[in-house]
Amino acid sequence: MLGPSGSGKTTCLRLIAGFETPDAGAILLDGRDVSSVPPNRRDVNTVFQDYALFPHMNVQDNVAYGLRVRGVPMPERQRRAGTALDLVKLAGFGARQTSQLSGGQKQRVALARALVNEPRVLLLDEPLGALDLRLREEMQIELKNLQRHLGITFVYVTHDQGEALSMSDRIAVFDKGRIEQLAAPRDLYIQPRSAFVARFVGGSNVVEGELARQITGVARPFAIRAERILVLASDEPVPPVHWSCDGTLVDVQYHGATSRWQVDVGGTLFAVERREAGSAASGQPVRLAWPHEAAVLLASPQ
Amino acid sequence: MTGRALAGLLHRRQSLRVFLLLLPPLLWFGTVYLGSLFALLAQSFYAIDEFTAKIIREPTLATYRQLLTQPANLDIVLRTVSMAVVVTIASALLAFPIAYYMARYARGRTRALFYVGVMLPMWTSYLVKVYAWRLILAKQGILSWLFTSLGLQSVLDRVLAAPGIGGPSLSSSYAGLFIVFVYMWLPFMILPIAAALERVPASLLQAAADLGATPAQAFRHVVLPLAVPGLAAGSIFTFSLTLGDYIIPSVVGAPGYFIGMMVYQQQGTAGNIPLAAAFSVVPIVLIAVYLALARRAGAFDAL
Repeated sequence: MLGPSGSGKTTCLRLIAGFETPDAGAILLDGRDVSSVPPNRRDVNTVFQDYALFPHMNVQDNVAYGLRVRGVPMPERQRRAGTALDLVKLAGFGARQTSQLSGGQKQRVALARALVNEPRVLLLDEPLGALDLRLREEMQIELKNLQRHLGITFVYVTHDQGEALSMSDRIAVFDKGRIEQLAAPRDLYIQPRSAFVARFVGGSNVVEGELARQITGVARPFAIRAERILVLASDEPVPPVHWSCDGTLVDVQYHGATSRWQVDVGGTLFAVERREAGSAASGQPVRLAWPHEAAVLLASPQ
Repeated sequence: MTGRALAGLLHRRQSLRVFLLLLPPLLWFGTVYLGSLFALLAQSFYAIDEFTAKIIREPTLATYRQLLTQPANLDIVLRTVSMAVVVTIASALLAFPIAYYMARYARGRTRALFYVGVMLPMWTSYLVKVYAWRLILAKQGILSWLFTSLGLQSVLDRVLAAPGIGGPSLSSSYAGLFIVFVYMWLPFMILPIAAALERVPASLLQAAADLGATPAQAFRHVVLPLAVPGLAAGSIFTFSLTLGDYIIPSVVGAPGYFIGMMVYQQQGTAGNIPLAAAFSVVPIVLIAVYLALARRAGAFDAL
């Protein structure tokens, strides 16, 4: 579940977990309506954003807690907690206090604790939000491998579109409490359905209103990806089967392998990604062009 | 030394700076609080000459022997400790639900109202409240009037007839004394428990429920252990306040003596400062033992 903060993705997760009750509708788990089942009897487990480890229990007791309340006998409890700790690469950490763990280790304990009950669905609420970039990338790969290995459904909340694209089989894009689009990452990226999805997921240029009609001849908004736009000199002829428009170069941001140009076309700013930096001065007139098939027509705003 | 050189020295030597800053309050605390306490403790190792009523300033355990071997003195200690234990348990039972509501559910205005409500009784004069309770509990007082008008006179009579806790009226019974003690110290129990519970994030309870704990299990395994430091702090207040108080037992007059009254009498009318000192050591020792037991039971592990 991907969306900006306040878009309702965490609320949706809490509905699945059972911490909130829906005013209307149903929550189906394997086809069975669980909306009136309390959280302790739902076959889902949660990895909390703040980890929510019990501060008065050591790592082993934290992980084994789900088994303890289900009355699993001690030897089996210890064996299964040990297996869960192995799974998250924390074997031998059982006797540690949670206050002695780093952020990444707490994250793993929270994961092991949620997995020990072997839930049908694992809910993760921005689990990597508090980790630094390197650790986050490491954990992304590990989580994905873990999911493949266990074969259970992960419902993952994030506001990071890169994380969502790289980790998901399906992404639900949330905006203002609604799912804007539910699709596989590639489809979402290539075929965004609305201006919101195009901007939020793809970082696409969205052209709306009069300008869209001038360029394509149809009064419908469209999205065009920054790396699909060609920059031509202002008097260069437009290649065949291309749409084009004229504007002024506002700024060039150098990113190493690529550079990002900001071009003002009649008040709409276009971002253009170019492989070569080129030489250009801001204020210079340029012509933008892109192949017809690169533009994605979007639903008209209501 | 110039001011600049002094500033430089203080900047380089952080420990010197801390030492100089702490010196005045530490001197005050050390002299006025601990100094006088140790002077008191030292007194308990003197004894009084039975004939001249003069204090013999030689170290001896005679006063402690007197305290621990005379049945009347032991009775006083036992009576006071039992009352302190019962008052502490009752306060904890009453305080917990209130504290839990304040910390978990009350928000904004309601929460402020609860805090003010709990503290308000502490802002009024202690003596006024004690004497008010004496009137409330008196033979012709409002409480017995209430029992009579509700047709529950027999219940009150049965309580007053009960051996150990009863008496001629509520205001001269251990039951009445118990009520006043609990009334007086309840805020001291509510506030630390509420403070401890406020530090328990709601997500911990959700995590427990999420992992399959019933509400009762989540309470037992998560809320209660994390509230224990607050319970311990509150119970130290109620326990030590009950052990040391002499006004409540002398105004709401139960027949037997309490430690505080004994201290008051021994150092005042009787002039036996060593015995008074020995009596005041009893609460200190009891609380030290209580803390040690609580610590061993893991009460402070969550701190």
